[in-house]
Parts: sequence; structure tokens; C-alpha cells
Amino acid sequence: MVVLTMNFKSILSLIIVAFISILTGCNETNILSLSERSIIYCSEGSPETFNPQLSISGTTTDASAKQLYNTLIIYTDKKNTLGPSLAKSWHVTRDGKKITFYLRQDVKFHHTSYFTPTRLFNADDVLFSFNRVLDKKHPFHQVSGGQYPFFQSVNFTDLVEKVEKINDFTVRFILKRNDSSFLANLATDYAVILSEEYGQTLQNKSTPHDIDILPIGTGPFKLKDYRVGSLIRFYRHDAYWQGKAKIEQLVYDISPRETSRLTKLLANECDVSSYPIAHGKITERSDLKLESITSLNVGYFGFNTKKEPFNNKLVRQAISLAINKQVLIDTIYQGQAARAKSILPKTSWAYDSETPELGYDPIRAKSLLEVAGYTQGFTMDLWAMPVQRTYNPNALTMAKLIQADLKKIGVEVKIVSYEWITFLRRLSLGEHQSFLLGWNADHPDPDNFFTPMLSCSSSEKGSNPTFWCNKEFDQLLKNALSTTNISKRKSYYAKAMRIINEEMPLLPIAHSKRFQARGIDVEGNILEDFGGISFYQVTKKPKKIQYEDLLEPGKAEKVSN
Amino acid sequence: MLTFTLRRLSLFIFTMLVLTLLSFSLSFLFPGDTVINHSGQINATATELAQLNKVYQMDKNIFTQYGAYLTHILNGDFGYSMASHSPISIEIIKLLPATIELSLVALFIAMLIGIPLGFIAAINHNKASDNAILSFAMLGYSIPVFWLGLLAILIFSIGLGWLPSAGQISLLFEIEFVTGVQFIDILLSDSPYKWQAFSNASAHIILPACVIALAPATIFIRLSRAAMIEVLAASYIRAAKAKGLSFKQIIFRHAIRNALIQIIRHVGLQFANLVTLAMVTEVIFSWPGIGRWMIESISQRDYTAIQSGLLVLSCFIFIIHILTDFIYAALNPLARGNNHGS
Repeated sequence: MVVLTMNFKSILSLIIVAFISILTGCNETNILSLSERSIIYCSEGSPETFNPQLSISGTTTDASAKQLYNTLIIYTDKKNTLGPSLAKSWHVTRDGKKITFYLRQDVKFHHTSYFTPTRLFNADDVLFSFNRVLDKKHPFHQVSGGQYPFFQSVNFTDLVEKVEKINDFTVRFILKRNDSSFLANLATDYAVILSEEYGQTLQNKSTPHDIDILPIGTGPFKLKDYRVGSLIRFYRHDAYWQGKAKIEQLVYDISPRETSRLTKLLANECDVSSYPIAHGKITERSDLKLESITSLNVGYFGFNTKKEPFNNKLVRQAISLAINKQVLIDTIYQGQAARAKSILPKTSWAYDSETPELGYDPIRAKSLLEVAGYTQGFTMDLWAMPVQRTYNPNALTMAKLIQADLKKIGVEVKIVSYEWITFLRRLSLGEHQSFLLGWNADHPDPDNFFTPMLSCSSSEKGSNPTFWCNKEFDQLLKNALSTTNISKRKSYYAKAMRIINEEMPLLPIAHSKRFQARGIDVEGNILEDFGGISFYQVTKKPKKIQYEDLLEPGKAEKVSN
Repeated sequence: MLTFTLRRLSLFIFTMLVLTLLSFSLSFLFPGDTVINHSGQINATATELAQLNKVYQMDKNIFTQYGAYLTHILNGDFGYSMASHSPISIEIIKLLPATIELSLVALFIAMLIGIPLGFIAAINHNKASDNAILSFAMLGYSIPVFWLGLLAILIFSIGLGWLPSAGQISLLFEIEFVTGVQFIDILLSDSPYKWQAFSNASAHIILPACVIALAPATIFIRLSRAAMIEVLAASYIRAAKAKGLSFKQIIFRHAIRNALIQIIRHVGLQFANLVTLAMVTEVIFSWPGIGRWMIESISQRDYTAIQSGLLVLSCFIFIIHILTDFIYAALNPLARGNNHGS
């Protein structure tokens, strides 16, 4: 029995030793290299599809657009400069109605377990991708529902007459009219290029739906594995035409709960985390960093210009003057937003720093009210949206702050809120007097801030709840769209913004930021100025250095011995 | 031994009958249509519904219905999850091994810590170390597991950064699903990163397993302490002492062996407790096991999944219970004569 116990003891100690050696890692170099060559991104939700044409949800574009696909052209910097991507150059005719793209001839599609491409990217793929959206009879148009929300919002189908193939590497878009935001639309995350050959293959196999579930693109990563609600695994596309990405594996750890994203980030289980909470906690850690980007959005306080008393410009100005925007930004956005001078954020190229801003001046506000004939003040309702959005994280609290501000100039505010869908419907019917809402731009072209938000046509369609219609303003927008001269367009938009700040159909409040946190060992730009995220440029600094630092003193001692 | 086996088998069958009866009756007690609760097909068309009614013999009397339900269960058809619309049997096969793995590791840790500590306490009966161990056991038993789990994450994952806080293995490793028990799958896989995966998986299991192990470990302390005190007071120990055996010889040759037998009886009972703890812990540590799945099903009102999950879990616990009974009987001939199920 003694022998037995001894054996048991020695086996046990053997097991423990083995276990510890496994834990500490006998071959540490390899562990490090695998995690060095990979990035784990804690994302906020599961994408609905892997085709950004089909969705404008940020989660979907983040998981698909810049990882899996390329577009014909891209934005090269913050100033709306367009640069080549799959199209190496392009030419616009003088009337702006014919745009010819000259395509790259060395672009390879993804080679995956479910598809092996036999040819390079060519004009057929461009035609396939755009005709899927444009042509209702296209075999893939109705696949996955037939809804292309981004293209519908910019009236793409009405604008484009047809897409022609000139030769294998030249395509021409023929437009019905000149539209200077057309190229901008093509550079968004939504205008991706799919593989025509893959489409054909799927049609032959009669599994067309796979085109949006098992994606094939030209982007820097290819899909390896997707488990809904759990993870997305991408592998590097080794034959990527811009040179292969620096990391070999990209894993999206889908963690919808904010606290679990935070825990994983703090425990270094993810390298990068989307939309983090507890910013203070992250900034105080030396191994993490918090970064943000002012995204293209605006949160605003709008007036129904068709209703008393807001049909009077003076009242609108008075109310705007009485609101302390800085307090709203400090409280509601916790200081994490830029104060809006006008509806365009600073990152837009058409932003004009000389646009006069109505400041906070309750005394002038009161005198303006007197001029307008409301010496005793009045009672108004304020509709606050019930949901949380980037551009306004807490509209109800903001409404309460505005209520307090306006009380000082003798205006009584009643706060109204409905369930989101009802809220939007009643808003479009014009039942409100004033409201809190916002706008998220789809692409950086400044027109996206003006036409859908404040033009006469938008107030007719009901998408402009201020119901403000100004002929001069509308003409400026039209002029701006019909020219491609950037400085001319900029001056048109500057004039338009002056009209807004004079007429005050709405009071722009803030441009909020998009946040992201990452470990300091992750280098390279992830948040793009426009649109989603991209992991193409990302590298990981080896953590080994830190281990060596730890080992260093020991080595030194040995040497001295 | 044969009668013993037969007795256990009949006990198993009757308990299973009662359990299935319970889960069958749940379909009536849960809100909604009974046949939909049975099958989980919430989006069934009229024809599909008629088909389901026929298969589950809903037009017949309640006993025939139960018979039809039992046939489905015996064929491994637990219906479809109302939330994910995939067959529950497949989900359970994927998730149960992870829970078994976690529970077994936790049980191992609990025994490894609890039993020796109990023995030490018993040997030093009524001394300072005995009191220290007993108060530790009391403290450990009183700590709620969800609080302990969060505390462990806060200290070891976030604060010290030693151990990971979520999941079974880092997502970087691609381990093919074979048995569902992560460690076996890793050893079976042909991944070039096999050993890193193994060490990563080990690091992932430590925190949740220790959190689960704490409460059972304290029970093992008390059990083994009581058993040891009893054994040490037995006459054969006194005889051994009188023969002049050394203290070491008495403890290792006689006392431990006899005390262990008493403890093994209780392992099965403790396992049920352990699985309950594991369910809560799985939620905290995002462990992809059946406990987390069950709790999610409850919050999603996925009645079919709740029902089948309950059935499978209780069946599993019962099997473990019977297994420990067998081991006990094999080790202790006295137990085989026992006329009543324990």
C-alpha cells in the first residue's frame, strides 16, 4: 500500500508539473506569434448579411464592406478627395452625364473552400454588381429581398440610365442628369463589387442566396467561418491586389452586452472593442487606449415652421438663443461631442468656419420675443425621440434641460414622447411644434446633409419635419449639385448654411463621436473617416519585448556571477 | 451484485418515467398550444400543425398522448427550439459535453482540495488548524456563486490579468467539434497550434472550475472530516495503535481508505449541487454549456428548450448518481446488501 501511495503521489506530482508546464507554455514563441498574427475585435452585434448593398446598418457594413470587398473608387483623405481603387482612373464628360471607369487588370477574387475563381476581376463583375441593384429583372435583384436601402435613399435607379461594358476593362455609367454626388455615392461602403463568376456558379447550383451569406469579394480578408451571435472568422486574402494584410486572422467576437465587451477588453481577451463604455476606466489603464472619430452626423432641435408660433423667424431665433448648447453637450454627450455650428460637421470638406453661429444669449432672446409680440411668453410642446442614437444618446434628458433653459425666458415647455415608430409617423404628419432628432450621413458628400433634411421636396415627402421650404436655399442646393467644381460647390453650401443659421428652421446641437478602444500593442488605423472600419492596415506589436524586459535583470545577474 | 444492478436499473427507469411525465405535463402548463410546446414549431403552417397533431396523437386520450411523446423522446426527437429553430437534440449534443467537462474538472478540484483538508482537520481534531479549516469551510459555503464569479473575474482577469474571463478557449484557435469535450477535441485535432490551444483551454477552465468547486469543496471538507473522525474512533484503529503501528502507517494504510469509501457515496449527491452551480457560473463566464443555454431559454420563453433541457440535465445527474452508487458498491461489499435505494 505504501508503494501504491507513493506511486499515486509521484503520478500526481508528475501531472501537476506537466499541467504547469503546459500552462506556462513550453513553446511560448509560437503562442505569441499566433496572437501576434491575429486580431480579435469585440463587435456589438451580428451582421444580417455579408453584402453591404443590402443594408445600411453600421454593424453589417463594419463586418463586410472594407474587409471583404473593394469599391471602384475610394476616399483618400478627409477632404473628400476621391482616389482610385478597383478603377485605376476615370473620366467624366463635360456635361457630367457619362462617366468612364478604367479598371485594374490584376485583381483576384477570394479563393475559399466554397468557391475557386478561374478568372481575374473585369468589367462583367462591375456590371453584375450594379445591375443587381438597378435592373429589376436581373436574376439576383430579388435574391435576399430586393431592397437596396442606400441606393434607394439617393435615388440611384432614377439617376443611372444604364451601365455599359466598353471592353473587358472599361465600363461607362450613363446618367440621366448631371449629379456631382454620383462619384461620392460610388465611393461609399455600399457600392461594392461582387463576383459575376461566383453568381453564375451559384445560379447553376440553384443556391443564389449564398451570394450574400458566403461572400466572395476582392477585399483584404476572406470569410472562413460565421456563427450567428458568436463569432466571424476572416482569413487574410493572400493574393490581395494591394499587397496582403499584415495580420493573418481576423476574428469578430460578437458580444452585444456592453459590460462583457468591457470585461473582455480589460482582460485583454479582445484587442479592439467597438463602442466601449466606461471611458474613464479605459483611459486610466496604461495598456489600453481610447480613440474616437467625429462621425458625419448631427443632432438637432427642430421647429415646425408651419405652426404657430414657429412660423415666425424671430421666435425660432429667440428660442435658439435661449438654449445653452455647451451644457447640453457636457451633460448628454458627457463632453464627447463637437458643438455644432451648423448642420455640417467639421470633417466635411464643405464645412465653412466662417458661418456665423448663434450663441447663448438669453437677454437678446427675451428682447426678440418681445419684438415678435410674445412679451408674456407662451406654451409649446417638445417632442423627444424615445430611442438612443449616436447623434443623441438621451433625448428625454436633453428635453428636460431645454425646458429649464426656456423657462428663463418665460416659455413653458411640455415634453411629449411616443414609441419610436409612432413618433416618426406623427412627426411626418406635422402634429408637433418642436422636436429633437438627428441625421446620420451615408456618405461624406455634403449634399447628403442638405437635400434629404431641409429641401422643399423633402418637406413635401414628409422626411423633413420642420416643413421649411426656402426657394433660395433650394436653388443653391441645385446649383451645387450641377457643378463638379469643388470651390464653387463649397461657396454654394456656405451660402446655404448662412440661410439656415439666419432662418433657423432647426438648431444644430452636436456632432457626436464614434468611440473605439484598443490595446496599445495594436497599431494602424481602424476607424475610417467615412463609413465603417478597416483592419487592412493593422499590425500587432510583439508583446515579447515585455517578456524580455522581465527577463533582462535575471540575465544581468547571471553575467555578473 | 446482479440484484443490486437490477434494483438500480428499475429505479432508473421509474425515475425517468416520472421525469418524462413531468416534462410532458409542462407542455400543458406552459402558455400556448400544447402541440407547439411539444414540438417547438411556432411558425408551423396549418398543414404542418395538422401533421404534428397527428404525430403527437393529440386527438387521442392523455395516455396515448404521453405514449406518443415518450416515443419521440426515446427516438431522440426533442422538438425544435422556439428561439433558434434548430433541433434541440443537436443543440444539446453540442452543449452538454462542455458542461460535463466543466463539472468534472470542478469536481476534481473540489475533491483534491476538500478531502485532504477534511482529513487534516480530523487528524487535528479540536485544534487550531481544525477550527481554521472549519471556519474556511463555513465561509466558502456561504459565498453566493455569482458574486464569487464576478469577484474572481475582477481580481484575476481584470486586475491581475492572469486568467481569461470568458469562453472555453481563445477564438483564435480553430478546434473542430468531435466529442464536444474541448480537451479531447484539441488532442484529436491536427492543428499546428495544438499545445498552445491546450494551454489556452486550461487557462480558460481554471477560473470557472474553481468558482464552481468552492462550495462542493467545503462540503467535502466536512464530509471527510466527519468520516475520518468516525474511522479514527473505530476499534480496528485502536487495535492498530495497540500493535504499535506508527501514526503514518495508521493514517495511510487504514484510516484514509476506509474514510474515502464513505465520501464516495456522497459524490453523486454533490454532483447535482455542482451542476446547479455550473449553470449560474456558465452565464458569468460565457461558458458555452447547457446551463447558459437553459437560462437563455428561460429568458426567451423557449418552452420546448426548457422542457427538454430539464429532462436531459436531470437524466444526466441521475446517471452520475447511479454510477457513483456502483463504484461505492464495488469498493464496499457491505453496500451491496442494502435493500433500499440510496
